[in-house]
Amino acid sequence: MQNMIWTYINAFIVGGVICAAGQILIDKTKLTSARILVLFVTTGVILSALGVYQKIVDIGGAGATIPLSGFGYTLTRGVFRDVESLGILGAFTGGLKATAAGITAAILFGYIISVAAVPKAKR
Amino acid sequence: MANKRNGSQTVKFDNPPRIISTGSIVGPKEGQGPLRLYFDEIIDDEMWGEKSWEKAESKIMRETFARILKKAARSPKDINYIIAGDLLNQCIAANYGIRESDVPFFGIFGACSTMAESMNIGAMLIDGGFADYVVCITSSHFCSAEKQFRFPLELGTQRTPTAQWTVTGSGGVLLSSDGTGPFITHATTGKIVDMGVKDANNMGAAMAPAAVDTLIAHFRDTGFLPEDYDLIVTGDLGYVGKNICQELMMKHGYDLSERYNDCGVMIYDLKKQDAHAGGSGCGCSATVLAGYIYEEINKGNLNNVLFVATGALFSPTSVQQGESIPAIAHAIRIQRIL
Repeated sequence: MQNMIWTYINAFIVGGVICAAGQILIDKTKLTSARILVLFVTTGVILSALGVYQKIVDIGGAGATIPLSGFGYTLTRGVFRDVESLGILGAFTGGLKATAAGITAAILFGYIISVAAVPKAKR
Repeated sequence: MANKRNGSQTVKFDNPPRIISTGSIVGPKEGQGPLRLYFDEIIDDEMWGEKSWEKAESKIMRETFARILKKAARSPKDINYIIAGDLLNQCIAANYGIRESDVPFFGIFGACSTMAESMNIGAMLIDGGFADYVVCITSSHFCSAEKQFRFPLELGTQRTPTAQWTVTGSGGVLLSSDGTGPFITHATTGKIVDMGVKDANNMGAAMAPAAVDTLIAHFRDTGFLPEDYDLIVTGDLGYVGKNICQELMMKHGYDLSERYNDCGVMIYDLKKQDAHAGGSGCGCSATVLAGYIYEEINKGNLNNVLFVATGALFSPTSVQQGESIPAIAHAIRIQRIL
């Protein structure tokens, strides 16, 4: 029970820090949200390749894997895995294989929501 | 000989065109703002029964046009020209909004300066003897403008603090060669001014130098001073741009002080409404002019108004290619009685 609570707290803190970084970028820089998105994914890729992101995941769990940087982490892990089994070709196949579930889910649910929902204005 | 020219950028009308009717329809957010009592209609939903934001914007313009005519007891066949514009690609809000009107049509683009641009041209048509009745009308819509210039709302993107809020609404005026006023006595046409601002989220800063350029041209050409006006109002510089404009004017020796305001600042309540740096869009200056300013002139609370609508003449493509934001401002002098 104690462990479970700490899992949640750690995920909240790590995920919160990552999101706070995004908020600071939106407020304090002229970066568009699209650029911040790409920045987060590539940062995740680089940190994972250097082995740093795995340590963040070990602490934060879903708090580190759910944000966009976690997508970069999954990409990198997929590449490393496929390179081991397929050689250099794995650098081209591994990323998409590992993230296929996420990409497909995004397209599928995005489509369903776009059909089912009516856009509303911000007030 | 062009004998109506009054200096390098201003024309003075021999038979000053009258504004005999106005119309304004705004969205729910504007309908909660400080000027809500001045608008003809406040719609309770940005979609207004249509299937897209663009169609809704066209409908707002169509209905505003109908109101302008109704208030003046005129029919479309009385109107010689409609001069209209908006912010969407190929000005479709105006093209589709005016489609069924069966009136000769000029579509123009001056970004958010379109209202004053259309009145510049409309007043010239009337004083030139080419028309007796001209409708000048513009619109903007928060949701279609976000899609056009930033990101579609469905993406749920956060907005930056300096970003302005595009007004949902349409405003227009009916100009006539005859009537009791108010009168358009002078029109100052702006030049494109580009000070190298590249941030599309800070258009107030990009547009303020254009407003200053046109204001100075107006005072220089006509010999008027800021003190000759009860109200000098820029289109949609917002809080950021308004302060820049006031400071720049001061540096040039013109103290706008209390008589200066900005439609983008007037239309929302910054403390209560989350509108960031203030309102913007063609509909911002148009609805404030057609609603608040026109009514206050008719009540006798305002006698001389300098209406200076400001526009940022960029496109998403030019911003992506790293271009700076050119801006423009056009001015109209409105006088209650001659």
